[in-house]
Amino acid sequence: IGKKVQAIYLWWHKPVINKELLQSLPNLKVIANSGVGMDHLDLKLVASFGVKMANAPRAVSSTTADTGMALLLASARRLVEVHNISISPSMEYCEADILGVKVAGATLGIIGMGSIGYKIALRAKAFEMNILYHNRTRREVQEEQAVGATYCKKIDNLLQQADFVMLTVNLTPQTHKLIGKRELELMKPTATLINISRGAVVDQEALAAALQAGVIRAAALDVTSPEPLPRDHPLLKLKNVIITPHLGIKTDKATYMITEEAVENILAALSGLPLPSEVLPS
Amino acid sequence: GPDLKVISTLSVAFDHLALDEIKKRGIRVGYTPDVLTDATAELSVALLLSACRRLPEAAEQVKSGGWTTWKPLWMCGYGLSDSTVGIIGLGRIGQAVARRLKPFGVRKFLYTGSGPKPESAAEFGAEFVPLTRLAEESDFVVVTCALTPATQGMCNKDFFGRMKKTSVFVNTSRGAVVNQEDLYNALANGQIAAAGLDVTTPEPLPTDHPLLSLKNCVILPHIGSATYATRSTMAVLAANNLLAGLRGEPMPHELKL
Repeated sequence: IGKKVQAIYLWWHKPVINKELLQSLPNLKVIANSGVGMDHLDLKLVASFGVKMANAPRAVSSTTADTGMALLLASARRLVEVHNISISPSMEYCEADILGVKVAGATLGIIGMGSIGYKIALRAKAFEMNILYHNRTRREVQEEQAVGATYCKKIDNLLQQADFVMLTVNLTPQTHKLIGKRELELMKPTATLINISRGAVVDQEALAAALQAGVIRAAALDVTSPEPLPRDHPLLKLKNVIITPHLGIKTDKATYMITEEAVENILAALSGLPLPSEVLPS
Repeated sequence: GPDLKVISTLSVAFDHLALDEIKKRGIRVGYTPDVLTDATAELSVALLLSACRRLPEAAEQVKSGGWTTWKPLWMCGYGLSDSTVGIIGLGRIGQAVARRLKPFGVRKFLYTGSGPKPESAAEFGAEFVPLTRLAEESDFVVVTCALTPATQGMCNKDFFGRMKKTSVFVNTSRGAVVNQEDLYNALANGQIAAAGLDVTTPEPLPTDHPLLSLKNCVILPHIGSATYATRSTMAVLAANNLLAGLRGEPMPHELKL
């Protein structure tokens, strides 16, 4: 059966693409990924077998940006915490204890201004947020002006000024544990960290400690390391953290669109045509 | 008592005031419009996103161990891309909500109310439609109108019956605009997909109220304007309204009766 397989459509991390699998599929032409992140694939290894790879960037970016904003707003207004108080028969509260923080006029620092980061900026602008961003390369002036974003060449400047820090980078060796103890201490004690990139971009132990000590106000994470977190992980016990189970693209429409994009790439590869969203090893 | 000269309310709504009696006795009323618009609009959008993306439900699965591994359709919600949003009451808060939702890829805005507001609607290309059409065509319904005799119980069995099975209902106006029993039935029977409520009747709801047991209903204890900054500003404004009223001077924000 191995000889018949020409394409693999990868759902999350299954099947695991390793040397053994690639050797057993001599006619494999293309691996299409159901999402935009490719950190779970050894790109060089796959390319060495002459197999093309593709991701699904178009379908992902809007829905993931929506998730990022949903988490930012939910954290600002303590939505999950307060909803749980509302529905609980026993919890009492004092009105002054359930105040949140305002978003209009606050500063949002976007780390990673790719298509998802940029879509976050478009949404944040409508909320009248001041927008800073840090990226490997600076965006075009028109792009910056369209969202009113100011470039921070040094990540430290962004961290010191932001009320909300949004992580939208790819996971690479350079971004692994990008946010650690040092970065958290640079942030304001009233600041919120939102991560919709990959769990490994954040030093989780440092984050748990920072949240416990009030070094930052709160965090909202759609991604963790690992997923799911072990049941006794300190992050699960903190009141000022919202953790969602990698909801990023979880809408019915986005799920269909991702499959459509993957199929487009697969058909292109099998016909010998250029792939719409090919990913090459850098 | 007979000496009452001024009422200063810490709100923009005034459905809790007996306006006829107040007007008859020449009592002045101060209120707090505008300063709470942003905070309330933010909360409305936060509630909409939390309901349509199932945030509290998903967060609970993370805590309870229900989250095992990634499955394609597990915890799928509804997206805003290409959606139709219907706003009931395109006042200050309604407009602020529409402005914030626009970049989420909303294809069309509909609105309803006592009459069309072409200047306000132009910014969003919003179309003025009857309530029934708004219910039928919207993927997201956001209620941001005032509570009046006309709007009391407006969102009822007929309204929910017309809504799409995949639609999401958000109320940050007043609980009494909604017939709660009809809303409960609509949610429990899958007539609509989900709801987000910042306001209920009464507030708080009794702890055994059936709405509190629904997984697809996000309920908040009326925190529309509850941010440190907004409440401080409102408090100062309300105090200034009151003092001005007692001194017989113009108020910063007086309610015209």
